[in-house]
Amino acid sequence: MIRLDVRRLVDVTMRTFVALAALLAIVPLALILGFVVYRGAEGVDLALLTQLPRPVGQVGGGMANAIVGTVVLLGLATVFALPLGIAAAVYLAESPDRGLPGLVRFLADVLTGIPSIVIGIFAYAVVVVPTRRFSALAGGVALAVIMLPIVIRTSEEIIRLVPAALREAALALGVPQWKAVLRIVLPAARTGIVTGVLLAMGRVAGETAPLLFTAFGNQYWSRGVDEPIAALPLQIFAYASSPFEDWHRQAWAGALVLIALVFALDVVARVVTRKRGE
Amino acid sequence: MPIVSGDAWFRALTRAAGATFLGLMLLLGSVLTITALPAVARFGWRFPFTSTWDPVAEQFGGLPFIYGTAVSSLLALLLAVPLGIGAAIYLVELAPAGLRAPIGFLIELLAAIPSVVYGLWGIFVLAPWLSHQLEPALGTWLGFLPLFQGPPYGVGMLAAGIVLAIMIVPIITAVAQDVLHAVPDHQREAAIALGATRWETTRLAVLRYGRSGLIGAVLLGLGRALGETMAVTMVIGNRPEIAASLFAPGYTLASVVANEFTEATSDLHAAALVEIGLLLFVLTVLVNVAARLLVRSVGGVMREARE
Repeated sequence: MIRLDVRRLVDVTMRTFVALAALLAIVPLALILGFVVYRGAEGVDLALLTQLPRPVGQVGGGMANAIVGTVVLLGLATVFALPLGIAAAVYLAESPDRGLPGLVRFLADVLTGIPSIVIGIFAYAVVVVPTRRFSALAGGVALAVIMLPIVIRTSEEIIRLVPAALREAALALGVPQWKAVLRIVLPAARTGIVTGVLLAMGRVAGETAPLLFTAFGNQYWSRGVDEPIAALPLQIFAYASSPFEDWHRQAWAGALVLIALVFALDVVARVVTRKRGE
Repeated sequence: MPIVSGDAWFRALTRAAGATFLGLMLLLGSVLTITALPAVARFGWRFPFTSTWDPVAEQFGGLPFIYGTAVSSLLALLLAVPLGIGAAIYLVELAPAGLRAPIGFLIELLAAIPSVVYGLWGIFVLAPWLSHQLEPALGTWLGFLPLFQGPPYGVGMLAAGIVLAIMIVPIITAVAQDVLHAVPDHQREAAIALGATRWETTRLAVLRYGRSGLIGAVLLGLGRALGETMAVTMVIGNRPEIAASLFAPGYTLASVVANEFTEATSDLHAAALVEIGLLLFVLTVLVNVAARLLVRSVGGVMREARE
């Protein structure tokens, strides 16, 4: 009987431990979000959203250019990643899991684990060095490379979920395969693909490291995609590392705006998926 | 005839997209290698084992950064593995149905927070707390260990390890959950039928069955910790020194690239930084390949774990 008591004790102890682990895992979320909302809310004002940064040491100014810059970079990255990503996803979904498709799938998974700073070096070498300038374009390329495997893998899974009967019905009517995919399969998978793309955008919206030596950052408005461009994460990093009280305030405010943007993309993605389920 | 050629074109086109992606991966590896060549040629095999980092004298060695990356990542694993795996066990095996989704969702949210925000929190909240509360306390109670000696800066290896731990818990939990879900129910039922308690069922039937997948989950977390850049750069102190104390500042592979690449003083300096990037690339590819193979071996469906 003592033996059973010991076993019960171990059982209860371990069950308590894993429950505590789950609890402890979400405590940092509360701490971090709490601080960002608390410190960020006092910094978010009209100036932050509409004005350019002031010169070093001056109080005031904002991050309007960085907010727009992040949106521009996301747009560029999506434009670069989308066509290749979806074409590759169609290829994977229409092929068996052997040989080349298997390799592509596996490498896409591995690419999601490669540090974003390494991808930044890559974009620097292939875009910044030949064009001899930091640019929004280079930043877009870096973010696109990070988005690509996410777009490929989520789109592939969604395309695979399209009922085979739909495709077979089209093929039975004599529709060629390419038309069946473009007209039947992809439209049926559209909302799922949109979700995947939104999630990928949310994932790269907060990326800082790959932008350090591609987009580079900019204290002013950029006049074109061939110029350095500001981005929210870069601005937060620069301000957080500075010794100025007012810039710290703006860093927290910027963090709040950035988190709001990332979560908004996430929520929209979830809403889109839910609609599909109805 | 036109129908057949249309399909042939279509297949060729999508195949080309797949091949382009493969090409991109090859390009990534070769561009890094070629750009790092000047440093590789100059320092050869000594590079990862030399600890001098002196841009003025053009002497570069990667050892302090390898050390910093290894120590901060191991520290992160030490903290995150019990939490991450524990949370996954709770969510899959024990949690009441009503709690599963909300807790799972909250842990996923943690993964959506950008790295730079973790860094911001690390600088202004975590580091002051460490330097005023935790580190003095650790120094008092465990100060006889070299790990906990020296001035409590706040910013340093310990801060980096804690921030990294918080950041990799979600990926470990997500993948471990998938692995545990993949364990067939008859495993559990057999253990319960033999009179095992809930924990014994989990330990003997579930964890043992899914062991390789769980190791895969931990490796994926490790891969992320090795390459994490901004949050670490902001809290680790950025000093290329090898110190025994966790309170002391350090430097990681990713951080030195982030800090010095745009300000490289010479071509050799830039090449040395790219070689650091190359080391990081090779390291994370190896870790991730191993992780994916292990997770795959359990038959766990790999959900796309978002960062």
